[in-house]
Amino acid sequence: MNSVLKYSFYEMIRSRWLFIYTGFYLLVSVALIMLSGDSTKVLISLSNITLGITPMVGILFGTNYYYNSREFIQLLLCQPISRWKIFSAFYMGLAIALCLSIIVGIGLPLTFMGIFKSGNVSLFFILIAMACMLSIIFSLLAFLIAVKFDNKVKGLSIAVLLWLFFAIIYDGLVLLTLLVLKDYPLDKLTISLMLANPIDLARILILLKLDISAMMGYTGAVLSKFIGKSLGSLLIALSLLLWTLIPMGILRKILNSKDF
Amino acid sequence: MKQVLIILLFFYHHGVFGGIVEICKDCDVNDVSKAISVANECDTLILLGGKYYSEPILVDKSLVIIGKLGSEIVSASGLQIITVVADYVSFSGVKFSGVKTNYLKENAAIRIKQGKYFEIENNIFEDCFFSIYLEKSKYGIIRNNQINGSATTEAESGNGIHAWYSSHLTIESNRITHQRDGIYFEFVDNSLIINNISIRNIRYGLHFMFSNDDEYRNNVFEGNGVGVAVMFSKKIKMIDNAFIKNWGTSAYGLLLKEINDAEIINNLFDDNTIGIFVEGSNRINYIYNTFSSNGWAFKFSGGCDSNDITDNNFVNNSLDMMVSSSIQNNVIRGNYWSEYTGYDLNKDGVGDVPYYPVKLYSYILDQVPESIVLMRSMFVDLVNYSEKVSPVFTPKDVIDNSPKMSLVND
Repeated sequence: MNSVLKYSFYEMIRSRWLFIYTGFYLLVSVALIMLSGDSTKVLISLSNITLGITPMVGILFGTNYYYNSREFIQLLLCQPISRWKIFSAFYMGLAIALCLSIIVGIGLPLTFMGIFKSGNVSLFFILIAMACMLSIIFSLLAFLIAVKFDNKVKGLSIAVLLWLFFAIIYDGLVLLTLLVLKDYPLDKLTISLMLANPIDLARILILLKLDISAMMGYTGAVLSKFIGKSLGSLLIALSLLLWTLIPMGILRKILNSKDF
Repeated sequence: MKQVLIILLFFYHHGVFGGIVEICKDCDVNDVSKAISVANECDTLILLGGKYYSEPILVDKSLVIIGKLGSEIVSASGLQIITVVADYVSFSGVKFSGVKTNYLKENAAIRIKQGKYFEIENNIFEDCFFSIYLEKSKYGIIRNNQINGSATTEAESGNGIHAWYSSHLTIESNRITHQRDGIYFEFVDNSLIINNISIRNIRYGLHFMFSNDDEYRNNVFEGNGVGVAVMFSKKIKMIDNAFIKNWGTSAYGLLLKEINDAEIINNLFDDNTIGIFVEGSNRINYIYNTFSSNGWAFKFSGGCDSNDITDNNFVNNSLDMMVSSSIQNNVIRGNYWSEYTGYDLNKDGVGDVPYYPVKLYSYILDQVPESIVLMRSMFVDLVNYSEKVSPVFTPKDVIDNSPKMSLVND
């Protein structure tokens, strides 16, 4: 498994697209730092960008990567290694490479900017952690889609749809639900709806670290109280864990029954 | 010769030639109360340094009380330090401390009861429950004082400068921190508050209740629960003030409730959760103000009529405006909005397309406050954009028909 992981990781970090992806983050971070020396503003802008980009790149890059290396994977499947090991090694290679490019692309320029001396260290770590987490979750979803659908066009369009759903449509549905139920106490419902979508969860965690939390009034107070409590942190961790465990379980099930 | 003598005697009797009473630890007079009892009208009491633990002091004569060499009067029992019941009393250079929280009596370092023409200047108030308390007093000056409270909760703290049923006061160049309200006015008319710095007070930096015809100018209100609250008052002028970093779940830069005929000119609102919150206020002119980096720049609650919002700058606020009811007779015109994306073909500095300051999202927020969790999400950006292209839900009458293309400089 290790040698497969090594192979997939090395192949990833040699890929042109990963370089472009890392370069994009480097460029954006450096440009933002140059435009405004204020680390808070840089982090706010960066968080807006990463929340939109990382899930999309994770899911599109992941499906594409699987389709491109499908033949090699099929070749490996002839070897006496379990299917699960091969796939998890490929997936981990992808996820580690994506996280690495985020850490390099955002972490390096901000470290040079002196983020560790500013008061925003925790926000910085949350931003990096959330970006990595979104990459991990969405590249896993990508593998799931790619393994499920052999047709590349179909797989890619479903990937785009899924991204669209989590990034935009889900929030619309949340808003609709809130509008319909506005006569009822909504704070618990809002919190659970936010817990169910990893992009929203990441956004809320970042928002609460920002000063903006004060704007959130009563709901913000409830939210930050909830997240500050051990139960809240536990639920958040649980939600993230479920977002990796459930797709993994489904992936495993598909793998075991799939006829390659 | 005899006439001159009579005139001189007359002056002497009326205290034009006031005597001096010195107070120090080793003097005959080693206590402020004793000094007051031996002093004549219009004498000058001079504290020559040292710390004086004192029981409540009653000033019933017109006296000038001067502290030198860091003289300090400490309330021995935690009760009120000085009660003034005479006119023409002046304090300067004294440090007051040790007035403790009392739930029955509003004890203060200096309380002036029905006094006129008093002066409180260059004093320091440290950890006092109420620092200066004026009741039914007129024509007083409070200038250059340092007031540092130790307030932690609203219920067990008092105000820095508290005025009740007073008029014609001048409150100038004081620095007030960590009290409940920095300056509190209740039934105070025709007064001027100028050049003060009121920061990190628990509740309000400056608070008006039922006070008319007052003016505050060139003050800084920073990091208070609410910068300034003006309630149930008429004809207040608010000019050249800075409302900064009043940030929190229920924090406003300026809170206006049931006030009429005010002028709000050339103020700066920076980094507040809500720049101005207005409720039931009529005939107010907002001119040349700058709103920058606020959560909401302007929040109109119901019952506001005939307000004029002209020539203001709205720069980088999360949400520019929120209006609960219809805009009625209020006028919004000639402001600069940093989010304005229109064009100016004839180059007259005024945009050719009207600006709608209420976004769909702020409209939704008003309906469902919980939807704040969707802030900064892509969906909200999308919704705002589509609403901007073709307004359907947002009130059409909340509109600036002549938005400025560049910052307004008065």
